[in-house]
Amino acid sequence: MKVLVPVKRVIDYNVKVRVKADGTGVDLANVKMSMNPFDEIAVEEAIRLKEAGKADEIVAVSIGVKQAQETLRTALAMGADRAILVVAAEDVHQDIEPLAVAKILAKVVEEEQPGLVLCGKQAIDNDMNATGQMLSALLGWSQATFASEVDIDGDKAVVTREVDGGLQTIKVNTPTIISVDLRLNEPRYASLPNIMKAKKKPLDEKTAADYGVDTSPRLEIVKTSEPSERAAGIMVGSVDELVEKLKEAGAV
Amino acid sequence: MAVLLLAEVTNGELALDATAKAVTAAKALGDVTVLAAGASAAAAGEAAAKIDGVAKVLVAEDASLGHRMAEPTAALIVSLAGDYSHIVAPATTDAKNILPRVAALLDVMVLSDVTGVVDGDTFERPIYAGNAIQTVKSSDAKKVITFRTASFDAAGEGGAASVETAGAAENPGLSEWVEDKVAESDRPELTSAGVVVSGGRGVGSEEDFKIIEALADKLGAAVGASRAAVDSGYAPNDWQVGQTGKVVAPELYIAAGISGAIQHLAGMKDSKIIVAINKDEEAPIFQVADYGLVADLFEAVPALTEKLG
Repeated sequence: MKVLVPVKRVIDYNVKVRVKADGTGVDLANVKMSMNPFDEIAVEEAIRLKEAGKADEIVAVSIGVKQAQETLRTALAMGADRAILVVAAEDVHQDIEPLAVAKILAKVVEEEQPGLVLCGKQAIDNDMNATGQMLSALLGWSQATFASEVDIDGDKAVVTREVDGGLQTIKVNTPTIISVDLRLNEPRYASLPNIMKAKKKPLDEKTAADYGVDTSPRLEIVKTSEPSERAAGIMVGSVDELVEKLKEAGAV
Repeated sequence: MAVLLLAEVTNGELALDATAKAVTAAKALGDVTVLAAGASAAAAGEAAAKIDGVAKVLVAEDASLGHRMAEPTAALIVSLAGDYSHIVAPATTDAKNILPRVAALLDVMVLSDVTGVVDGDTFERPIYAGNAIQTVKSSDAKKVITFRTASFDAAGEGGAASVETAGAAENPGLSEWVEDKVAESDRPELTSAGVVVSGGRGVGSEEDFKIIEALADKLGAAVGASRAAVDSGYAPNDWQVGQTGKVVAPELYIAAGISGAIQHLAGMKDSKIIVAINKDEEAPIFQVADYGLVADLFEAVPALTEKLG
């Protein structure tokens, strides 16, 4: 079985983002970018499936600017076999919407015919949590979102999902889309020799136009603003003082 | 304009708080029809009809809608979508699972975790773990939206909407429910609690988490946790507050032994009053705290429990 893993290049999760003063967006110039943390977990799971003999090829795909190539090299260094880069944006500030990404991925799926698509549950930049579900809808496949445990068994996958209130286990027909949650696994680090080897692995470059997908946004960004600042707080010296302050504020 | 709102229904019961908060957000958009779907949903439909501002309730009961699997539930919503300009739901895991599927089937974008309604086409939503607020204008014919419930007040009771039944759509038969492992909790539900007491890595063990729970019980509060506490096995994952867990905005949020990483703050920085107890005075949590106490939580939390109530 072939596994397709979509990965996204996003601002590194440790970076405190800055909103541009003119309200046009978040400043991404000269900011450290990395693979979306959920996508690392998806890549790791694909590799584990391969190591368990349940997958024979892992194809990583990324959509966006040319620099997303680095993100794909990281996936290759972790253990993906080959990569596809779909260039769809000129500028790093142009985020392709999940609907367009899902449409491009649907075409890639048509071409590659994977038995499974493993994706992250959400990207930490747009926080949409939608691409996997949208891809599943476009393909008419089953979906298993927010996975914390995955067991592929022939034409079925048994997936435990993190839901409000606890865990839910479902069984879905394959081919399927699984979106992964934080607790599915601990992603491995790419070793230096593997980073070197990854440079020789195949990476195909395509464009959105190659797939005939219109990537123009459905949601026009009117403005981007800073969240409202909290008023500065005070430090208290003791538990007694804390209780007193909370009582004054009517909080307890 | 008319709005179809997917009610939050779990095992035949309406999650009133989440649904009523979504009704508040949806009322601004037009007449609200609530859809109660499930293997049993009649009682939930009756309860939803009493929410102030609900014009009509549709009850769809079918075995295929049990546990609200994404494929049949999305098919049901799409079959009803023709009459509505907006299809909305509270941003729960159920809705986050189903609504993007609905949107793609209708060839429209989804607006996730909306925190503000500007007009029928224009909405505000947080991005980058809540570090920026984006105002977006949708050009789609239908808007598919999940509302962040922590940003809206719950609509009151006193409505008297009519209740009609709706037929389930054909089940695509792609998935089946196997089992639920529900975390037991007598405490208030985390996302709707007025007070939340959270513990982090500083708590140190599952055993010691009991001091957090004792303070919560004294305050009638829900218990939350940071990712570090969940990953270390001190607390179950459905207690996690943050970008990838739950987003809460209680009257009072007490963070003990939590450093205050960006991802945690994303889930609690809209709380009315934030109290931080941490022995590291440099911890970023103090930057958002209204009241900060630099102290060992093993002394401060039990002392606080004793002095309150």
